[in-house]
Amino acid sequence: MNHWPIAPILLPLFTAVLLLALGRWRPAWQLPVNLLATAALLLICVGLLARAADGGVTAYLLGNWQAPFGIVLAVDRLAALMLALTAGLALASLLAAAPRWHTRGAHFHPLFQMQLMGLNGAFLTADLFNLFVFFEVLLIASYGLLLHGGGGRRLHASLHYVTLNLVGSALFLLAVSLLYGVTGTLNMADLAVKVAQAPDADLGLLHAAGLLLLVVFGLKAAVLPLGLWLPTTYGAASAPVAALFAIMTKVGVYAIVRVFTLIFVGERLAVAAPLLLSLGLATLLLASLGALSAGSLQRLAGYLTLASAGTLLATVGLAEPDALAAALYYLPQTTLAVAALFLLAELVARQRGDLAGALVGGPAVRQPALLGGLFLLVAATLAGLPPFSGFVGKLLILRSTVGGVDGFAVWTALLLSGLALLIAFGRAGSQLFWKVSPALEGSRHGVLAMIPVAWLLVGGLLLVVLAAPVLRFTEAGAQQLLAPAGYIEAVLGARPVQRVMP
Amino acid sequence: MELMLALGVGLFAGCGVYLLLRARSFDLILGITVLSYAVNLFIFATGRLAVDRTPILAPDTPATLAHYADPLPQALVLTAIVIGFGMTALLVAVALAARRAGDDDHVDAGRQEPQ
Repeated sequence: MNHWPIAPILLPLFTAVLLLALGRWRPAWQLPVNLLATAALLLICVGLLARAADGGVTAYLLGNWQAPFGIVLAVDRLAALMLALTAGLALASLLAAAPRWHTRGAHFHPLFQMQLMGLNGAFLTADLFNLFVFFEVLLIASYGLLLHGGGGRRLHASLHYVTLNLVGSALFLLAVSLLYGVTGTLNMADLAVKVAQAPDADLGLLHAAGLLLLVVFGLKAAVLPLGLWLPTTYGAASAPVAALFAIMTKVGVYAIVRVFTLIFVGERLAVAAPLLLSLGLATLLLASLGALSAGSLQRLAGYLTLASAGTLLATVGLAEPDALAAALYYLPQTTLAVAALFLLAELVARQRGDLAGALVGGPAVRQPALLGGLFLLVAATLAGLPPFSGFVGKLLILRSTVGGVDGFAVWTALLLSGLALLIAFGRAGSQLFWKVSPALEGSRHGVLAMIPVAWLLVGGLLLVVLAAPVLRFTEAGAQQLLAPAGYIEAVLGARPVQRVMP
Repeated sequence: MELMLALGVGLFAGCGVYLLLRARSFDLILGITVLSYAVNLFIFATGRLAVDRTPILAPDTPATLAHYADPLPQALVLTAIVIGFGMTALLVAVALAARRAGDDDHVDAGRQEPQ
């Protein structure tokens, strides 16, 4: 059996244990070991991505149990894409933490790897209860990372964040057990089969379970009525953590895509489909208004995270192959760009003394051309200006809605929010880089500090340069998602390895 | 028995939500705990209610579902309890620290909201 699918879970787990031990005996070795492990993870995930690009779904039977009875991991195009994106983002986040920030408190490195393990597990698992467990792993690591460095603001943000997620976990358990009570299985592929054959008498319970799942994943993805915690929480987090958290909202989007293209499909089960589009568009518009009102660069980045989640959800809600392909293109580029904005916000804040990221005129940054140029690049990407990846992503979304009934709403919301974001960025840029008094004394950022932002921006540029192959991949991925038979067949058809007894 | 269990789940969930909405850190922790009781009872109920049936195979009883309780929800409850317990411990630590930092047990105590 091919053992690579479990590597993205085991590698961070073992690395975290090793880092915990090193933290006690050789603290100085933590950073190189962590960097090495994250780089290795990136290589493994890219390898999985290359394998998944062929079109097959690789199922991995944990403990060698036949499918509905044991836990199964499955790698398809979507999962592999998310894995590679996570690993790439993690490397940037770790490099950003490397200069000084990781020494601000204990256990940053083990928590970082546990976070990666939770994320990778959530993307890989093909079992609903296992998804809950990996959600908890990534959440408990994220609580630790959010609190890292301390401070009253962080504490209060954490209290809200932890409470909200605990309530979310309770609802998740309700939904999962409701599904188990009705169908008698928790394996997602098996659920897809059983739910499709469910008698009409059970439909009410199944709809309730589906909508509860939507609430839970919506909370993770920070969709409109459930997303107002996000700008405060992410604004309070330190830059490397916020950059890593940029993938956390995407976990919610991923789970929504997975569950509502695999399990709750078809005429009588598509409970969430009519909600996704309107919720997504409303989130996008609200986030654009929030971006206009943001008082600091960190909060602006938080609202942009919200905006990208809204755009993605609306696009997924269109339920067209083209729209889903566009969403799969939009997802990585927006994640990279938002993470870059969080990292850049910290670089800017550190050169402005007490004002930090506040969007008011004050002392100039000491490297206006460099930081301003990077800000321009990130802003253009996020607002969707050509020729950057945000433009390609938005163009694909707009193109996929032409001729559809919902096209008008999507065009209006997307273009309006593009304008609002452009104004928000214009205002932020002019306050930060133009309305300035002489710069404060102090050191300038070295080349090393720029590497993480550059890495993320190069990732975005690669998505534009290689748009044609990437698009072929996302189109194939969308088709794979909308024809779940292959996934079900691969998971349920996987046979345990037969041992020949000596 | 079904009615009693349903009322129990409803009562716990109602109390939990009420306590959560009080927005005081101690009530918040109690609320989360009570809410997780409701959820655990509910998971337990999804394995169907039965008296005098064990979830573990016994040598002298035939291995059919008529003689045994569904073991899976019990395993799920166990996992959920362990996870919930860990999370609650963390929440207590965060709430205590926030109480000290804000000098008030309201969840928004001492918070200066940036615009």
